[in-house]
Amino acid sequence: MKQEFTITVYTENHIGLLVRIATMFSRRKINIESMNTSPSEAEGIHRFTIVIHETEDVVRKLARQIEKQVEVLKAYFNTNEEIVWQELALYKVPTDEIAEKVKVERLLREYGARAVVIRKDYTVFETSGHREETEKLVEVLAPYGLIEFVRSARVAIIKQSKGFHEKLKEFEQKEPGEELVENEYLGKREGVFTM
Amino acid sequence: MSTTITNIAPEKTATAASQQLSGSQAVLEALLAEKVDTIFGYPGGAIMPIYDALYDYNDRLQHILVRHEQGGIHAAQGYARSSGRVGVVFATSGPGATNLVTGLADAMIDSTPLVAITGQVFAHLLGTDAFQETDVINITTPVTKWNYQVTDATEIPAVLAKAFYIAKSGRPGPVLIDITKNAQVQKFAYEGYKPCDHIRSYRPKPIIRKEYLEEAAKLINAAEKPFVIFGQGVILGKAEKEFRAFIEKAGIPAAWTVLGLSALPTDHPLNVGMLGMHGNYGPNLLTNECDVLIAIGMRFDDRVTGRLDKYAKQAKVIHLDIDPSEIDKNVKATVGVWGDCKETLPMLTKLVEAKVYPQWVERFRACDAEENKEVIFDELHPAGDVMTMGEVIRILNELTGGDAIVVTDVGQHQMVACRYAKFNQSRSNITSGGLGTMGFGLPAAIGAKFGAPERTVVAVIGDGGIQMTIQEFGTIMQFGVNVKILILNNEFLGMVRQWQQLFHDKRYSFVNITSPDYVQVAKGYGIAGQKVTERAQLKQALQSMLEHDGSYLLEVMVGKENNVFPMVPQGCSVSEVRLK
Repeated sequence: MKQEFTITVYTENHIGLLVRIATMFSRRKINIESMNTSPSEAEGIHRFTIVIHETEDVVRKLARQIEKQVEVLKAYFNTNEEIVWQELALYKVPTDEIAEKVKVERLLREYGARAVVIRKDYTVFETSGHREETEKLVEVLAPYGLIEFVRSARVAIIKQSKGFHEKLKEFEQKEPGEELVENEYLGKREGVFTM
Repeated sequence: MSTTITNIAPEKTATAASQQLSGSQAVLEALLAEKVDTIFGYPGGAIMPIYDALYDYNDRLQHILVRHEQGGIHAAQGYARSSGRVGVVFATSGPGATNLVTGLADAMIDSTPLVAITGQVFAHLLGTDAFQETDVINITTPVTKWNYQVTDATEIPAVLAKAFYIAKSGRPGPVLIDITKNAQVQKFAYEGYKPCDHIRSYRPKPIIRKEYLEEAAKLINAAEKPFVIFGQGVILGKAEKEFRAFIEKAGIPAAWTVLGLSALPTDHPLNVGMLGMHGNYGPNLLTNECDVLIAIGMRFDDRVTGRLDKYAKQAKVIHLDIDPSEIDKNVKATVGVWGDCKETLPMLTKLVEAKVYPQWVERFRACDAEENKEVIFDELHPAGDVMTMGEVIRILNELTGGDAIVVTDVGQHQMVACRYAKFNQSRSNITSGGLGTMGFGLPAAIGAKFGAPERTVVAVIGDGGIQMTIQEFGTIMQFGVNVKILILNNEFLGMVRQWQQLFHDKRYSFVNITSPDYVQVAKGYGIAGQKVTERAQLKQALQSMLEHDGSYLLEVMVGKENNVFPMVPQGCSVSEVRLK
């Protein structure tokens, strides 16, 4: 059964790695719903957060093939139940519409939107949340002359991340000991680890 | 072996004294430090500084000028496969680099250790559509294990150390290093070459978990019909002895993939033959009867498994591989053993009980007898006047005794050669397995000869494949490469024709290929040769080919519409293997 999976990839910060990871999906003709790259909590280790809609079987294979890449430290995949995630959205709306129409103000409050920029001609609001939430606000703002809308990729925190946080910290050290090899996960089909 | 600076050519020692080297010199120093002796390549604008430096290293590094970059990389592959070392190829930017792509893809899928070095335009010209500029890194990303663009000479020693380490460790593969021209000419303070033995994000050598081996041994010890299938992992892991010790103690019949061929001598009593689409009858049929299937260093390619949902469903599957992404990729493993088979096999051997399975092995022999009756005997000893590819290989076996390296191209002759060629030692069968690259054979044979100069190298090639890279006759001529070229000419693109006959109502669409007079072409290149059309001349001609002092071309006219059998048609289960 296909469902949304969030793949978290810890990597070296190297030019070209984005393409190398992206081709893992494109070679199987899988669409990337969203992709975010950012630093991680470990110095010098980068983090990709990738969302795709696929079966668990395919996602597991993908994660293993990603992890195989020389500059990838670890790849994890999680269902939505296993993560906490947010997406950031920006909305540009004509200022006079907001100023004059009480309804718009109520809507913005309802959706927890926050003004980022206020100008005479337009105002930019920001919300964050799940896709359905940010999308809903687009719908309700549309009649009031929504000028521009943009949404970021998903960023996600894995609920049970203590284990690999420690692993990551060990990776951070120059010469990780051989006991780091996580072969013990090979036989465990469930859980957050790919191996 | 951290520094090899003393190797600098005399003319350059003035600069070397102050440890100033150009990027190009640093590249060649790296090759020397990695004990590279042969480079296959082709010069051009963007790699000229490296070639200029090579002029002074000519006494320590042998450069083989090929006739096309594709020939260069296939030669490097042949070299790597026959020698077990890293193959090295040079090419210039743009078309030089793009001509490497087929070979990179081939080396990627067949896990061949290569380092390809390409020149690139000056760094300040990157992205400007400069002359012979192409985005080599992005083009080659999906077909390399690792690639990297160097724009600053100071990076060269460390990057090349990394390249060699990645190419040969773990599951080997091709690495491409693209070096901009400014980095090649840039002088920098050279501090010697330090080989790489660790990259924090890269785990080439997994720690072996004993409990998985114990579980595997438990399954094997309880098995009544265990079956070993092995691939090139045994050869790449240099674990031929360990493999043999394992199957001999456990008494388990073993079948090979096309790339695993020659890891176990042909006449070993437990060698039951070839797997896959044109493999032997028994190994295919009995894959769906065994109770424990032990896969060693192989990746369950679709040409081996046939229809996956009907593949060995009755069996418990043990999969030994160094690449964790292979475990469960195509066939779910009951027990996956992640590790280097050089280490896992002896551990497993210790844990398994010494056994024999005479009745089970007899099943394979019975299948052999049936296959022999239906297919093999007629292929090897045809009653009619028309020569078969099989009989050519049979006589070749008689003359070489199984000691030659047999390099093949792709197609019917490849399947026939793999099925019938006899091998006594490992690294003797060199072929393009995963990618099925026509045109691979001739250049790979050239490389194989450089990789194993003391051995006889026979390139068995069809009339289609030879015409794809026939320009490499020039390389053979220039460097006096002693390869024996055996063209099996059926005047067709035989494998495609076979499929058209069997699955497309004999609609022979563009498979009728004409050939030049190969003997004359060879003669033009100073290569001796002859053409055989009658069986009466065949043995003598093969003998002349092998005994000739130097390269030799022998063209044998074989049956036009012969088919390779047995065959597991595409989309069918291995147990539906057809004998005719």
